[in-house]
Amino acid sequence: MKKLSNTLLALMFMFALTPLVNAQTQGYQVGDKATDFNLKSVDESWVSLAGINGAKGAIVIFSCNTCPYVVAYEDRMIDLHNKYAAKGYPVIAINSNDDKVSPGDSFEKMQERAKEKGFPFPYVYDKSQDIIKAYGGSRTPHVYLLNKEGNDFVVKYIGAIDNNYQDASAVTEKYVEDAMDALLSGNKIAQETTKAIGCTIKWTKAD
Amino acid sequence: MDFKIKFRGLFKVIITFSLILGLSSFTIDEKPHLKIFEIITFEEFEQMMNQKSDKLRVFNFWATWCAPCVKEMPYFEKVAADDAEIELIFISMDDGRKPERVTNFIEKRNVKAPVYLLNDVDYNKWIDKISEDWSGAIPATLFIKSDGSKVFHEGEVNESELKALIAGIK
Repeated sequence: MKKLSNTLLALMFMFALTPLVNAQTQGYQVGDKATDFNLKSVDESWVSLAGINGAKGAIVIFSCNTCPYVVAYEDRMIDLHNKYAAKGYPVIAINSNDDKVSPGDSFEKMQERAKEKGFPFPYVYDKSQDIIKAYGGSRTPHVYLLNKEGNDFVVKYIGAIDNNYQDASAVTEKYVEDAMDALLSGNKIAQETTKAIGCTIKWTKAD
Repeated sequence: MDFKIKFRGLFKVIITFSLILGLSSFTIDEKPHLKIFEIITFEEFEQMMNQKSDKLRVFNFWATWCAPCVKEMPYFEKVAADDAEIELIFISMDDGRKPERVTNFIEKRNVKAPVYLLNDVDYNKWIDKISEDWSGAIPATLFIKSDGSKVFHEGEVNESELKALIAGIK
């Protein structure tokens, strides 16, 4: 009897977790072509990769309002934009959290946060979560560095911003800056993927 | 300088004080709960992972600010309380400079399982050593069987999902 119930439980488990497993295994690898998007930013404008004048690529960061790691990195996200936007690689921050699951991540709250921090970059809402699912983002902050090659935006780096969220002055590896500088100087990016602890994406619950 | 905070000592002091103050008329019908909280390095966590155990050890990675983590913690505590073959250990990803956030949480929520704060923010150096399947999002849970084999799960679970997960591992 115990064995039977174990088997039943294991089956239930397989069904229960199938969508989660799928969500985690999909998404881009370095070298893949990233999809464009058309998402509304906090200033009510619609932002797409193709629509950014003079862009040679973009530093796409899956972000939100409510994650302490994001909060710790907001100033560094601003610095990245200020350093690389003029060179053709603006930061585009994308919030994909469901605002029913996480009310602090609503579009209105995004507008408030962008105003408070004076974000110089677009901060767009991926309400349908289609874009984060296509990219394979799993946490915030989660960076996808894109390079424009012909009409395609090719993924060059996936991962964290640097190796110390707590203290910017104690960082010893600036992953995104190193990748950007390698890209700008035509060198190979030494570290193409990194991992970091981050806040889970607040996925929309199927009713 | 030793950053380790041991609650055992604090508890002894509190209990001794209670007795001195004449509160001994309280009957303690269960043994006083000794809460464990320590700040550890990744090397110390690795040693912990490599220890031999007859039980199925469940390491749940969480943080006080992580809503889905906080939501699933009681399910882990319940499942561990109901099954003597399970040893539950909570690994906090909270800020090591502010351990009081964790100790206050332990007190307020009456967390019974041991809690260790893994104080190493150079995440890319160690996440793959716990599991290559881990993207870094929390909550996440590492199961280590008595034979040393590991099963990793990223994402929130409810009580029935957790039970099914454990049944599948056993």
